[in-house]
Amino acid sequence: MKKGLKFNIGGIIDEPGNSVETKKDGWRVHKPEVDYDKCTKCGVCAMFCPDGAIFKDKNGNYKWDLDYCKGCGICAQVCPVKAIIMKEEEK
Amino acid sequence: MNNLPEKEYFASGHNACRGCGPAIAMRWIAKAAGDNTVIAHATGCMEVISTLYPYTSWKTPWIHSAFENAGAVGSGVEAALKTLYSKNRPNVLMIGGDGSTFDIGFQALSGAIQRKHNFCYVCYDNEAYQNTGYQRSGATPKYARTTTTPYGKVVHGNDTWQKPMPLIIAAHGAKYIATASVSNVVDLYNKVKKGLEIPGPAYVQVQTPCVPGWGINQASTIQVAKLGVETGAYPLYEIEGGKVKMTRKLEKLVPVKKYLELQARFRNLSEDEVKEFQSRVRYWYKYIESLESKGKVFP
Ligand SMILES: Cc1ncc(C[n+]2csc(CCOP(=O)(O)OP(=O)(O)O)c2C)c(N)n1
Ligand code: SF4
Ligand code: SF4
Ligand code: SF4
Ligand SMILES: [Mg+2]
Repeated sequence: MKKGLKFNIGGIIDEPGNSVETKKDGWRVHKPEVDYDKCTKCGVCAMFCPDGAIFKDKNGNYKWDLDYCKGCGICAQVCPVKAIIMKEEEK
Repeated sequence: MNNLPEKEYFASGHNACRGCGPAIAMRWIAKAAGDNTVIAHATGCMEVISTLYPYTSWKTPWIHSAFENAGAVGSGVEAALKTLYSKNRPNVLMIGGDGSTFDIGFQALSGAIQRKHNFCYVCYDNEAYQNTGYQRSGATPKYARTTTTPYGKVVHGNDTWQKPMPLIIAAHGAKYIATASVSNVVDLYNKVKKGLEIPGPAYVQVQTPCVPGWGINQASTIQVAKLGVETGAYPLYEIEGGKVKMTRKLEKLVPVKKYLELQARFRNLSEDEVKEFQSRVRYWYKYIESLESKGKVFP
């Protein structure tokens, strides 16, 4: 804020997408686990993840960023070949 | 799927509930908006969970508006951009929940359409005021239990049917109107993109199940939304040039009971109430479908 300005003109956030600094792994009770022998690399799981925690790596394999996965189980539910199972988080 | 952008414009680390339907929609709406768009966003769950100061999940220029005025804020932005840019002018996207769109922000949206601003308004419809604790809105279906429409001996949940919002918007003379479902994000992406590209006012309304508000299993969000479409409860269509086009034609409607029974908000419905629900769904699905053969039915 400029010196001498009396009132803050509003909350301005000038770092687009900085919510990635707030990890959400602590929200998780169940963790997705993939069986890559079954996975057909279709990408449906990544499409529907509410937290954008699934991404495609250089080799076209789908990978999970567990910093942001909240463990909802949607990916396991939508996977056409049931390659994902939800396992209880170890403490 | 190859022509869909890999880049995410709605960042991880937001605070939506596990399995949140609207959060999935936001990712695809943001992808459609891309780099050259300004977003005016009314408060509601998606605004609250994406911008807990000093953090934001948005990678697109984004303005918070009050509950009632995304339509007015977006109109002002559009007017300013018009004088600032002669070419490569950024798009204007407005986002509101159903409470904001159907009720509280309706007059601001109505005015924006009447003034023929160039924008696309997206209503993510989770069928109640979810952020403040699941109160009914003008988009809540009949018999749904909310905190303001409890289910008891005398009152059986909500006692009104949804406002036919897309048709109300069409009657205003908007250039493009579409309904979508979070169970088909490619279709959602394409419709929002089309809404942004078409000059003049556009409106896209996407059904997005809410885990605690609807009382559904957190893993079943997409399954529930899919049934919303397949039962005919949420018909998918576009209105362009005043003509209605079904974008998902149903040969046969899946019995609506299959959709209702996955949601705790519809628990306790009597057989007669399920029957009434079924005939209402069939009536509206057939009505919208009948408009398709009538040619130009809106201004
Ligand atoms: C004028 C005004 N009234 C009430 C509120 C409190 N409020 C904030 S969000 C919200 C509910 C929003 O409902 P909706 O637009 O459907 O979005 P949702 O939370 O369901 O995603 C309410 C009532 C407010 N911010 N401003
Ligand atoms: S949905 Fe299943 S098959 Fe498709 S990429 Fe994901 S894990 Fe693999
Ligand atoms: S469990 Fe939910 S949050 Fe985690 S990766 Fe799967 S869809 Fe995303
Ligand atoms: S209350 Fe509903 S809409 Fe709001 S964040 Fe949770 S799941 Fe999403
Ligand atoms: Mg709502």
